[in-house]
Amino acid sequence: MAFDKMELRDIEVWDGNFAAAQAMRQCQIDVVAAYPITPSTPIVEGYAKFLADNYVEGEFVMVESEHAAMSGCIGAAAAGGRVATATSSQGFALMVETLYQASGMRLPIVLNVVNRALAAPLNVNGDHSDMYLGRDSGWIQFDAYCPQDAYDLNFIAFKVAEDHDVRLPAMVHQDGFMTSHTAQGVKTLTDDQGYNFVGDFKPMNDMLDFEHPVTHGVQTEEDWHFEHKARQHNDLMTKVLPKIQTAFDEFEKLSGRKYNIVEEYDMADADVAVVCMGTSVETAREVATEMRAKGIKAGVVGIRVIRPFPFEQIKAALKDVKAIAALDRSSPNGAPGMLFNEIAGALFNTDTKALLSGYVYGLGGRDLTKAHLTDLFTELQANVDAGKVTTPLQQFIGVRGPKLSFL
Amino acid sequence: MSEMKKIKNLKEFSTSADRFEGANLLCPGCAHSIIVREVLNATNDDLVLSASTGCLEVCTAVYPYTSWDASWIHIGFENGSTAVAGAEAMHKALARKGRLKQPDRNPKFVSFAGDGASYDIGFQWISGCMERGHNIMHVVLDNEVYANTGGQRSSSTPIGSSSTTAPAGRVSYGEKQNKKDMVSIMASHGIPYSAQVAPNKWKDMVKKIQHGFAVDGPVFINAVSPCTTEWKFDPKDTMYLSDLSTDSLVFPLYEIIDGHELNITYRPKNVVPVEEYLAAQGRFKHLFKDEYKHLIKEWQDRVDANWAYLNRREEARV
Ligand SMILES: Cc1ncc(C[n+]2csc(CCOP(=O)(O)OP(=O)(O)O)c2C)c(N)n1
Ligand code: SF4
Repeated sequence: MAFDKMELRDIEVWDGNFAAAQAMRQCQIDVVAAYPITPSTPIVEGYAKFLADNYVEGEFVMVESEHAAMSGCIGAAAAGGRVATATSSQGFALMVETLYQASGMRLPIVLNVVNRALAAPLNVNGDHSDMYLGRDSGWIQFDAYCPQDAYDLNFIAFKVAEDHDVRLPAMVHQDGFMTSHTAQGVKTLTDDQGYNFVGDFKPMNDMLDFEHPVTHGVQTEEDWHFEHKARQHNDLMTKVLPKIQTAFDEFEKLSGRKYNIVEEYDMADADVAVVCMGTSVETAREVATEMRAKGIKAGVVGIRVIRPFPFEQIKAALKDVKAIAALDRSSPNGAPGMLFNEIAGALFNTDTKALLSGYVYGLGGRDLTKAHLTDLFTELQANVDAGKVTTPLQQFIGVRGPKLSFL
Repeated sequence: MSEMKKIKNLKEFSTSADRFEGANLLCPGCAHSIIVREVLNATNDDLVLSASTGCLEVCTAVYPYTSWDASWIHIGFENGSTAVAGAEAMHKALARKGRLKQPDRNPKFVSFAGDGASYDIGFQWISGCMERGHNIMHVVLDNEVYANTGGQRSSSTPIGSSSTTAPAGRVSYGEKQNKKDMVSIMASHGIPYSAQVAPNKWKDMVKKIQHGFAVDGPVFINAVSPCTTEWKFDPKDTMYLSDLSTDSLVFPLYEIIDGHELNITYRPKNVVPVEEYLAAQGRFKHLFKDEYKHLIKEWQDRVDANWAYLNRREEARV
């Protein structure tokens, strides 16, 4: 190969953006089409610099908008090669039309989404509004809690997305600034280990195979559209989680780092549990340990795969708890939060008697503190003791002004 | 280097299109299919094609059928140019990495789009592709209207035309704006080649397409595409309408090299009055009422002024 390999230390100090960029380099992306937006920009800047320094061989197409970025990625992926990009917030929102097009065309693109609030008001900091906007778009969605995850999950995303039984695009989410701009020790793979884990790209129905012309992106009406969408949904629901599990297992063999579709922490005998995503998982784990010292049997369930939603794993994790808090880091605007709804949906028709309440937190980068979580666990225990939800079903954590709670 | 395709006569030309099938759902008499065949006929090289949402797309790739015997992609209404640019970038990347399946081939990258998809919603995407210098050709099938959605005005719709969103009525003569000059706008990106073509002047078209394929960099082609449904004429008259548009100089044929050098490529021996062009189409019927007759003169004046302007640009070589 004509590009140079990079010598990495076993542990490097990287922020989440650079960790994702390094993983993209090691996967040797063929084409990146991109447009800058805070806080994800350093990912594609990283790729550009690697290209400039000959650490990667490929094409970087610096387009004029995020919609064009995903459009270029779709064309490149249909031509038959490894494709990735990154975005956040408004850029993600501008991409939404093309997200559906990419998944409907079954193209294995990897999109790093550094999560950030959606305007208005304009805000550059992290929350999960953009993540939720993409949740029905037919993409596989992984969630990183820290820079290490952002690095590792990129390899896993390529491996699963490009699997010929899957052929669906995948997103890797990380929290804006809290993960993307916070440097931590990241355990690395060597360039060969990283590349060999994802393997060579194997094209399928590629437009550059002129012996086998293909038509991509056809028109279907009521006669076929339903079947196409149903098949896509079926593949997401039935094929993807087993593939992810296999990829997690293989990755553990390679790196010693274990990922789970649902990350359970102290759940074996927990009475009360917090279900959350992103950086809040680590904070919640720390507080749960402290609660146990105070005699409250607390546990944490971290969502690692948002789509396809891991119903069975969620059911298993929450089977025996008595009170659950679902934490949503997006403004649900007129309904309980997404995670609240999905946890409720997963537990309905099961034997659980668990009490479920929903909390909205951290919008626009607002901190979720240990004190917040201590109160929250205490409230859950009060619900257990009372045998009913003693507080409103939906509460906002740490919002100034009059306390907001509903239902 | 690929060999330039040689074409002797119209008969040979008309039978040599084997990568776009006659089997499609376009209206009888639709010029889109004629233009596509003429573009594809200009080369024997492999093709990577895109179509933006519009008549061409919805009529040629209806699952489980396809009219395309070449690599083809449709994403959305606005982004066909960028789809092809992405494929071109992938081709470059894989060529450099030695991963092309047929490395000796010299594919051409072409995006087809309507005037709506090009002049309006897709404008930014095309401009981006032109500015970035992708080795692609964007071909506008310019029927001056959103035909696929039933005849709404676009920024290519000419003044005085009646469309569903700018209809002629008791107090309106229809479209109030002049057609946007896309060729000049695209040429202003400094691209190596841009041109106007018409399906009736097939030799001129083939020459321009071949020129476009031979240059390295983005190419913009604007093709007049008479639409029997929205222009309201008999399907057998497509070529007659195309003749009228070029011979009245309503749609002059010229090329712009490297963003500045303008050559007029067709000078009609007998220039047809614009009135004849307008009279042949239902969309301009109302202009022949007494109260709007002055618009026909305005039309002629504008066409004359544009022709004089093109001639001055050709002479000035700037
Ligand atoms: C984002 C978006 N907006 C609107 C449409 C609806 N739409 C589809 S085709 C079309 C008109 C196409 O007109 P044009 O590009 O001129 O091509 P023609 O059909 O005339 O060949 C419109 C408005 C769409 N598909 N996508
Ligand atoms: S409506 Fe016009 S452009 Fe569309 S298929 Fe018919 S003739 Fe062609």
